[in-house]
Amino acid sequence: MILPDAELLLQIVDLHARVDDQPILKGVNLEIRAGEIHAVMGRNGSGKSTLSKVLAGHPSYRVTGGSVLFRGEDLLALPPEQRARIGVFLGFQYPVEIPGVSNLEFLRVATNARRLERGEEELDTFSFEDLVHERLQVVQMDPAFLARSVNEGFSGGEKKRNEILQMALLEPLLAILDETDSGLDIDALRIVAGGVNHLATAANATLLITHYQRLLDVITPDFVHVMAAGRILRTGGKELALELEQRGYDWVDQELADQELANQGAPALGVV
Amino acid sequence: MVLASPVSNLHSAWASRLLEGLPAVTGDLAELQRRGRAALAATPLPQQHQEDWRFTDLSPLTALTPRWRKACPELPSDLPAPAPGTLRLWLDGRGDPLAGVVLPAGLTPLSPAELDGALGHSLAAVGCEHHWPVQFNHATAGRCLALRVSGPEPISLELVSAASQPESLLPLRLLLLLEEQAELELSQVLLGSGSSLTSLVLEAHLGRGARLRHAVIALGEAPACLLGHLAVEQESESRYQLSTASRGWALARLEPRISQLSGAAHTQLTGLQLAEERQVAVTHSWVRFEGPDGSLEQLHKAIADGQGRSVFNGAVRVPRAAQRTNASQLSRNLLLSPQARIDTKPELEIVADDVRCAHGATVSRLQLDQLFYLQSRGIDVELAANLLKRGFCAEALQQLPTAAANWRPLERLLRQGSPLGELP
Repeated sequence: MILPDAELLLQIVDLHARVDDQPILKGVNLEIRAGEIHAVMGRNGSGKSTLSKVLAGHPSYRVTGGSVLFRGEDLLALPPEQRARIGVFLGFQYPVEIPGVSNLEFLRVATNARRLERGEEELDTFSFEDLVHERLQVVQMDPAFLARSVNEGFSGGEKKRNEILQMALLEPLLAILDETDSGLDIDALRIVAGGVNHLATAANATLLITHYQRLLDVITPDFVHVMAAGRILRTGGKELALELEQRGYDWVDQELADQELANQGAPALGVV
Repeated sequence: MVLASPVSNLHSAWASRLLEGLPAVTGDLAELQRRGRAALAATPLPQQHQEDWRFTDLSPLTALTPRWRKACPELPSDLPAPAPGTLRLWLDGRGDPLAGVVLPAGLTPLSPAELDGALGHSLAAVGCEHHWPVQFNHATAGRCLALRVSGPEPISLELVSAASQPESLLPLRLLLLLEEQAELELSQVLLGSGSSLTSLVLEAHLGRGARLRHAVIALGEAPACLLGHLAVEQESESRYQLSTASRGWALARLEPRISQLSGAAHTQLTGLQLAEERQVAVTHSWVRFEGPDGSLEQLHKAIADGQGRSVFNGAVRVPRAAQRTNASQLSRNLLLSPQARIDTKPELEIVADDVRCAHGATVSRLQLDQLFYLQSRGIDVELAANLLKRGFCAEALQQLPTAAANWRPLERLLRQGSPLGELP
């Protein structure tokens, strides 16, 4: 939902980042207010996933320019764990398996880290079990997955449900969901999307990163951004996603080429 | 003329000093003591030019000056309560651990004649009767806890020892005869602190169809050292399951040696060792199949941090007679500091042609992606690293007998500081 007076949660200005000395983000600008659902679409290699990892603080990515403010605070100055504690959540495209670490214990430690930051009391094992069983329903997940090691041997769909379960427990202000739809069959997609919709409120915001329109059939975005060559090339409403679906990404390449041509010998254009 | 090197001179002096301080040979083990002392006087300490000792730095051992004095004056009061249905015996290397104890049905002490007949049998079967740590134990042990296990009822036995006195020596000698189909859960807890030395030699013979589930939880504090030989003979259809976990010793060297006397038995070895600060943790395992259709499942895990050094050598012998042997061995290691060191070596000798023998070894740091995943959920990097270490260790402690699990080895292996400190 678009609320003009809503709090500005995330403000990205001219963000540049590299991985292995390869520039990936080349001037990203984006603002997200509370209540909004944004979708970033684009081809493989356009920089969408890099944007999500940079926001979460992955150590392999190096920010070389620009700024990111989260509720006015310099997000880039914080270690990854602190970003999570103040309410930034990254749903992984490939959730990591951690053998030997109980999913339940992991969820409890993570939930308590966030609760402490919000000035709430830590939950003991018993209170946490009550909470987690309630939240399991958001993603219709089998409680048996709590007793297993984190993501170990989970199917693709189960891993994504586990991500949304973490989101349900951590109650982030900004949830960045990186290709949450990848590897999901249509039923799993509906369940995961249902969870995301259920958790979206006027106080939080969601940034969906996806290739395909099909996720946006079940989660309606307020804004759609098309990313190419490390920048946001165009921003529109949900109809932009439909246009991408119909016309493919070739016009994006054309637009990018036109822009580069126009930029030659001329000062760089800010594209929003 | 051969000139003794300064190192071997030092080592001979170490052994002579120890031998001079021992009391006169006595009791049921007098003959063994006599032979052990003669061997010790004639054999230098192992040295690093010997292949089996190449990676074992003995300086923590030679830095000790063990003397013949009681290792732990009395039973510590802060032991966890024994598990229900488990018989706990306190081994101080001197007194009779069975004094005043009513043994459960199926557990009987061996007579001196039986002991005489059985002692050394398993050591010879696994080819280690002349190993220096075994000779050392023979020279010093004045008593052997020797038990026969029989009958259909499973028995749970817990053996606890603690060496804590400065410059003390705790020799532990054990002999177990499991009759056909007998079943025993044996939890051994070895605690060591101060400048003490614990020497363990265990022999076990598993009759046809017998089962032994064996845990050795070895928790120490440097400069204490531990040397342990576990010699196990398995008749066909028997199962031997060993879990070892050690942390904290200046030097801990464990040598499980198993012979499947006619194959067709199952052996499962799971080891976990931590080497931190300047500690040395060593496991040399040896398994030999003397007949067909035997199986081995082995997992050895180690964490080396600080300037710690972990050594694993896993020998598996599959002679021609051992057709259709199915053996797997995996060594997984975490190297957490640039000064730490890990040596891991599978040593498979396969002559039989129709066998499956898999082996693998990995050495890695904590996985960056796993750390980041935990951090991205608000978990700080130190706690995240601890969770990953816990996950790494937990796998190796899954099959402990209840009595051993009661000691909360995972918490003791992971707690900050000494594994002997109080747990919350």
